[in-house]
Amino acid sequence: MSIQVNNLHKEFGNFTALNDISLDFPAGELVALLGPSGCGKTTLLRIIAGLEQADRGSVILEGEDASDTHVRERQVGFVFQHYALFKHMTVFDNVAFGLRMRPKATRPTETQIKEKVMSLLQLVQLDWLADRFPAQLSGGQRQRIALARALAVEPRVLLLDEPFGALDAKVRKELRRWLRKLHDELHITSIFVTHDQEEALEVADRVVLMDHGKVEQVGTPEEVYNHPATPFVYGFLGSVNLFHGRIEQDSLRVGDDELPHQQQDLPAGADVFAFARPHELDIITDPNATDGIAAIVDRILSFGNTARVELDGANGASGQHFEVVVPVVELQNLQLVRGQQVRLRPAKLKLFERHGDQHG
Amino acid sequence: MSIVIGKQALVTAAPGSAAQTRFEKNRATREPVWVKRIILGLGLTFFTIFLLMPLLAVFVEALRKGLDVYWQALRDPDAIAAIKLTLLTAVIAVPLNLVFGIAAAWSIAKFDFRGKQLLITLIDLPFSVSPVIVGLMYVLVFGASGWFGSWLIENDIKIIFAVPGIVLATIFVTFPFIARELIPLMQAQGREEEEAAVVLGARGWQVFWYVTLPNIKWGLLYGVILCNARAMGEFGAVSVVSGHIRGLTNTMPLHVEILYNEYQFAAAFAVASLLAILAVFTLVIKSWVEYRTHKLGH
Repeated sequence: MSIQVNNLHKEFGNFTALNDISLDFPAGELVALLGPSGCGKTTLLRIIAGLEQADRGSVILEGEDASDTHVRERQVGFVFQHYALFKHMTVFDNVAFGLRMRPKATRPTETQIKEKVMSLLQLVQLDWLADRFPAQLSGGQRQRIALARALAVEPRVLLLDEPFGALDAKVRKELRRWLRKLHDELHITSIFVTHDQEEALEVADRVVLMDHGKVEQVGTPEEVYNHPATPFVYGFLGSVNLFHGRIEQDSLRVGDDELPHQQQDLPAGADVFAFARPHELDIITDPNATDGIAAIVDRILSFGNTARVELDGANGASGQHFEVVVPVVELQNLQLVRGQQVRLRPAKLKLFERHGDQHG
Repeated sequence: MSIVIGKQALVTAAPGSAAQTRFEKNRATREPVWVKRIILGLGLTFFTIFLLMPLLAVFVEALRKGLDVYWQALRDPDAIAAIKLTLLTAVIAVPLNLVFGIAAAWSIAKFDFRGKQLLITLIDLPFSVSPVIVGLMYVLVFGASGWFGSWLIENDIKIIFAVPGIVLATIFVTFPFIARELIPLMQAQGREEEEAAVVLGARGWQVFWYVTLPNIKWGLLYGVILCNARAMGEFGAVSVVSGHIRGLTNTMPLHVEILYNEYQFAAAFAVASLLAILAVFTLVIKSWVEYRTHKLGH
């Protein structure tokens, strides 16, 4: 089922949670709502579910305006961050709950319910836990039961609110892959909220990036990662190096140094943010080099295949910090020592014009 | 030394009482024995002098003139009427406060509305006002010369110096017990389970019956026990509105007072012993409920 939201606006007191949001979620896709905490992503999800009421705007489910439809009638499945399993019921009763609450006319018989529940428990690979209580399960198991419970009522959409937020890193990674597989089997329109960019990029068909109640960018994981539309998106997806600078003819001035850039659409004299990912910076140790910008090696952290070099800006760019990732082999060739002055040359630089009170 | 460190690591992981025992066994965190003995001694002495002795005195005094007098005092028609009235009051006041208490706790814990803080404060009012004042308030409102006095007389409704007044005063005094027990419990539980139930298609009463009630049942039972104990034992407020009409408007605590004032000590203590038995019985159930809640909590 497709979901559309039009001009949604929501305020809590004088905090604007959603600022005129319009989005389109095509049927069958797995979409991630990604953003820092307080960006409005959970509020948006809860409004789609009907657990929260928007101040303005509408929610369209399958072409029909559902803004005034009761939560019960929306046929959505909702998975909560802290599972919200019924503590006093067994796993089986939890999953059966939605079916048992149906009005008599549409309620399946106990045998049908049993069949359905057991098949769902098999789907989440936990049929052997049917008689346990939630307190006896691990976090990962609880979340899988919560998902089975949500699927039991055959929802038209599945909404997941930070589903892996309360789990440890290893279980998270496992469940992430599992959720993707499950979605490929069921093809149910799903939206999940997360603040973990890795999770969003890895699992979702499409990613919606939000900040301060606004949508910053919508696109496939490749699109948003490789072509970030705004400084926020660039900064939020992975670690970055930020240079404050000014456009001068065909170069960018940062402190006392100049950097070449390829973006022709910026006027001379414009204040810009320039971004480069840690692997997009080259370290030049030649003391006679003049290109790139000056920096002083502060810390070298090497474990695994890549090493991370942390540097402080020099020559008018002091106070800035840079991070460069290089293969360990290359690090050995560079022979860096702490306090050494080097130059950093960006292989790729993305510029955004700076407007008014914006900051990176 | 390394073994001790291993045990230390376990201490932080152990929940509740187990950690306390470890804390006690560990030489590094243990208080000197004499400190422990003095504190324990003080507590036990206080308990014996101020709690245990009076309780025993009630039974000793009640049985001082033999079992015959004891039974006589309890079989007295006025005593039976007092026992009946006390039970009647509790039977009306406790279920009503059960409904009010759940409603108040529900609205405070699950909804946001203007004046929520005011409502929380108002729920505590019966605890902060002296019961005698409560009784007087009812006299001022429903008494013969009170606000509704003439209207009540015209319509031949008796509230003050009659059973309705006693029930009203008892309801007022015992109102906070259930609500106050439930509010923190329901606030701590939040709304997520209820939200999950609604999304799964449950209707309002289904959510209450299958999700909310099972989650609060032990707290609720605890509140009911305390509420019942107070409803049967209330003296001050009831004393003002009752009018002390023997066989008609005397509850057990009032009957005890009347007997005592008439120097019928054995009879007074006999009736008092019933209240004491009730209190002990309440405490036993209360401990059992606490034990159950604690066990389920882990």
